[in-house]
Amino acid sequence: MGEARDGVKVKRVVFVTVGTCFDALVKVADCQEVKDELYRRGYTDLLIQMGRGSYLPAKSTGDDGSLAVDYFTFSSSIADHLRSASLVISHVGSGSIFETLQLGKPLIVVVNEDLMDNHQSELAEELAERKHLYCSRPLTLHQTIASMDLNSLVPYTPGDATPVAKLINRFLGFPEES
Amino acid sequence: MEKNTSCFFSNSSPNLVITCFVAFITIILVRFLYVIYRTGKPLNKRTPQQTLSTLIVLGSGGHTAEMINLLLVLQKDRFTPRFYIAAATDNMSLQKARMFENSLADSGVKGISAEFMQIYRSREVGQSYVTSVWTTLVATAHALWLMIKIRPQVVLCNGPGTCIPLCVIAFIFKVVGIRWSSIFYVESIARVKRLSLSGLLLYKLQIADQFFVQWPQLQRKYPRAHYVGCLM
Repeated sequence: MGEARDGVKVKRVVFVTVGTCFDALVKVADCQEVKDELYRRGYTDLLIQMGRGSYLPAKSTGDDGSLAVDYFTFSSSIADHLRSASLVISHVGSGSIFETLQLGKPLIVVVNEDLMDNHQSELAEELAERKHLYCSRPLTLHQTIASMDLNSLVPYTPGDATPVAKLINRFLGFPEES
Repeated sequence: MEKNTSCFFSNSSPNLVITCFVAFITIILVRFLYVIYRTGKPLNKRTPQQTLSTLIVLGSGGHTAEMINLLLVLQKDRFTPRFYIAAATDNMSLQKARMFENSLADSGVKGISAEFMQIYRSREVGQSYVTSVWTTLVATAHALWLMIKIRPQVVLCNGPGTCIPLCVIAFIFKVVGIRWSSIFYVESIARVKRLSLSGLLLYKLQIADQFFVQWPQLQRKYPRAHYVGCLM
C-alpha cells in the first residue's frame, strides 16, 4: 500500500484548501475519523491550507504509521500544491475548483453551510451531477471519502473564452480574424 | 425706459427659467431614450488597428481569475490603455492584475499601458442591504471621480458589486455625451441557476450592451443573455 520496491514510501498527498476562512472544513479534515479513512485509502500526507481560521491542526510526521499532517495559512499560488496532490479537498471557490479540474486531479468540494448566500452550492451540485467531482458537507466528508470511486469521475474539458472574445470584437466593429 | 425694461425682465424671467428647464429635461429625455435604443446594437465597423480604452473591474474570490482568463484571449493592442479597478479591501486582485500585465511584458508584448486603482466598496460580503444603500452612495461618488479621469470606451465586468456604480456612471456618460462606451458583462461561472445581484441589475436595467452567461439554465431564464459555455 503505497510502498515502492526499495521500501521507500510513495507520497500520496491530500491537499485541503479552504480559501479565506472555513474552520469547519479544517476541523473535520483534521479529525481522527477522516484521517484514518484517508490513511486506509492509501494516502500518506495531509496538507491543509487553512486561511485565517482560528482552529490549528496538529502537525504530525506520520512516522507512527499514520497520516503526516502539515498546514499553512496562505500562499500566493496553490498551483504547485495542487500539482503534487493525489486528492484535493476544496471549499467551493471557482478558482480552486477549476484550477484543480484543469490539472485533472480528483476533487471533493465541501460546501460551507455557514455562508449567508449559498449560491456556491449551485456550482458544486452542478459539477457533481456531471460527475466531475464529489460534493460534500463538513459533516458528511468522512462518508464521501469512504465511499468515493475516483475512477468513476468524468474528466473535465477545460473551457474556452475565445467565443466571448469573438462576440465582443464583432460587437465593437472589429473585422473578423482570418 | 429702464423701468419698462426691468418690468419686462421681472415678468418673463420665471417663464424663461421654466422654458430652459423644460428644454433641458426634454434634451436629457431624448438622449436617454436614444441611449436605451442604441444599447445592445453593435457599433459601426472600424479598422483593426484602432484602440479602445478599457476599464476592467476586478473582484475578490474567483472574479479576478475569471477576468484574467478572458483577458488572455483579448487582443492587447486593441484593448488599450487598460484600467484595472478593484475594491479598496481587496488586496489580491490588483496584485494578480499586475502579475498578468508583467507577464505580458515578459513575453514580449510591446506598448503596454495599464493603470491600477482602488475604489470604495459598495457592499462587503454579508453586509446588510440596508447599510449598503449609504456605502453604495459613497462608492458612487468615488466611482464618478475615477470615471471622469478614465472615460473608458469599453467596460468589462463579471459580477462584483463594485461594477454597479461604474456601469451606471458609464451609462450616464452616454446620456450626457461625455463618452460613449460599450459595456460587457460576463456572469460568473459560479452562477448556474440564479444571477448575481449585479447581474440581475445590469440585465433588468438593460445597461449592459452584451450579457454573457456560462450555464444553459441561465440562458433559458434570461433570454437576452448570450450563452457562451464555461469559460474556465
